[in-house]
Amino acid sequence: MGILGAVLVIVGLFFFTSSTLGLLRLPDCYCRMHATGKADTMGIFFTFLGLGLIQFGFGGNVILLVKLLLVVAFWFVGGPTATHALLRSAFQRGLTPWSKHEKVVFDWPGGEV
Amino acid sequence: MKEFLTFTGVFLLCLVGVSFWRILRGPTVYDRIVASNFVGTLVLVLVTVCGVLYERLDAFIDIALLYSLLSFIGVLVLAKYLAHRG
Repeated sequence: MGILGAVLVIVGLFFFTSSTLGLLRLPDCYCRMHATGKADTMGIFFTFLGLGLIQFGFGGNVILLVKLLLVVAFWFVGGPTATHALLRSAFQRGLTPWSKHEKVVFDWPGGEV
Repeated sequence: MKEFLTFTGVFLLCLVGVSFWRILRGPTVYDRIVASNFVGTLVLVLVTVCGVLYERLDAFIDIALLYSLLSFIGVLVLAKYLAHRG
């Protein structure tokens, strides 16, 4: 039980690490939202599932596992909603997305930068 | 298993510290908000890891739930506030 939980936590940590890398290295705030959205769903899911299996060795019970899965369920709905609201807000504000060599790909409806 | 959980906590803390670079110098305000939302996600996991490590998960899981709710509402309010301001 503990080994399986540790493997799941390591998979979740991989998602968090790659999201941090994307947050630091990607060129645009839209791209960065895309990178952190992965950690909001998959990273939280794998890490909490692994911790829910590990906590049986630390005086846990089934109710705590159900509570952890409730947090996961809330964050599965809440994380993409927050990301979508932020992206829509940036869209209405008129932020132009990044493109290579400053080339305009299409007319951005939000207007100027 | 205790050493593994300690390693997980320290690793998440390092990720939080690295993410603060984006909060400090993001070009736009949206970069800062995205980074702070990500820090909120990391802290949510960190609180749960601390709860398992101290064998008090029944108290710490409520703190994690409240923290995730507050972070979610904060991001929604900031997005609404910034949309019609420029």
